[in-house]
Amino acid sequence: MKIVAICGAGIGSSGILKINAERVLKRLGLEADVTAAHLGSVVSDAADAQIILTSAEFVDAIGKTYADVIVIENYFDTAELATKLQAALGS
Amino acid sequence: MTLPPLAETAIIIGAHAEDWRAAVRLAGLALARSGAARQGYADEMIRMIEEHGPYVVIAPGLVLAHARPGPEVLADGIAVVTLATPVPFGHPHNDPVRVVLGLATESSDGHLESVAELANVFNDSSAIADLAAATTIAEVQKIMEGTA
Repeated sequence: MKIVAICGAGIGSSGILKINAERVLKRLGLEADVTAAHLGSVVSDAADAQIILTSAEFVDAIGKTYADVIVIENYFDTAELATKLQAALGS
Repeated sequence: MTLPPLAETAIIIGAHAEDWRAAVRLAGLALARSGAARQGYADEMIRMIEEHGPYVVIAPGLVLAHARPGPEVLADGIAVVTLATPVPFGHPHNDPVRVVLGLATESSDGHLESVAELANVFNDSSAIADLAAATTIAEVQKIMEGTA
């Protein structure tokens, strides 16, 4: 499974999402390849992603995608991430 | 790469900022003062928010101001600015901001370890309130080391 974290710069915020998503997935016992990317590369980086993690601001810009787009409000709240990832993964 | 300990010059406590731009500018000042970035980096951080919106307010009360690696960045670094009066950034959930982090990274490959350290500090939900309430540089350094 591939998960892409998207932010404006591809550093910083998406990096925090990537790291916390990896921590949560590990805790849930799930395997996934999580990458951080910026909006400009979303088309290529997220082409084969199952899940995109991002902020509300980027949902429109990400546009049409086969991936589940999950909007995260508090990037440091691993409970929020866990709940939303589990819901998207149907587990 | 691990981040060097947070320098005193990278910390501003109880600052007054008129609006979000002034708050980000203070983080730029602290990054410049500590040798992580040139003065122009503040404008780049502001431009990111103008372009993409207040998404950098990534947790209640906390903004992670940053721009892309580039000539304005001199070294990997983090700055911490606490605000005397919270400032709105226009974020639907996480306003107003009490703590401004400035992040400068030399390359997009090297940044993940520094943000991992930020995650270690701020995944503890009390860190933002503790930083906002800190009255000395030493307290801020301690919280940022995750040892407070």
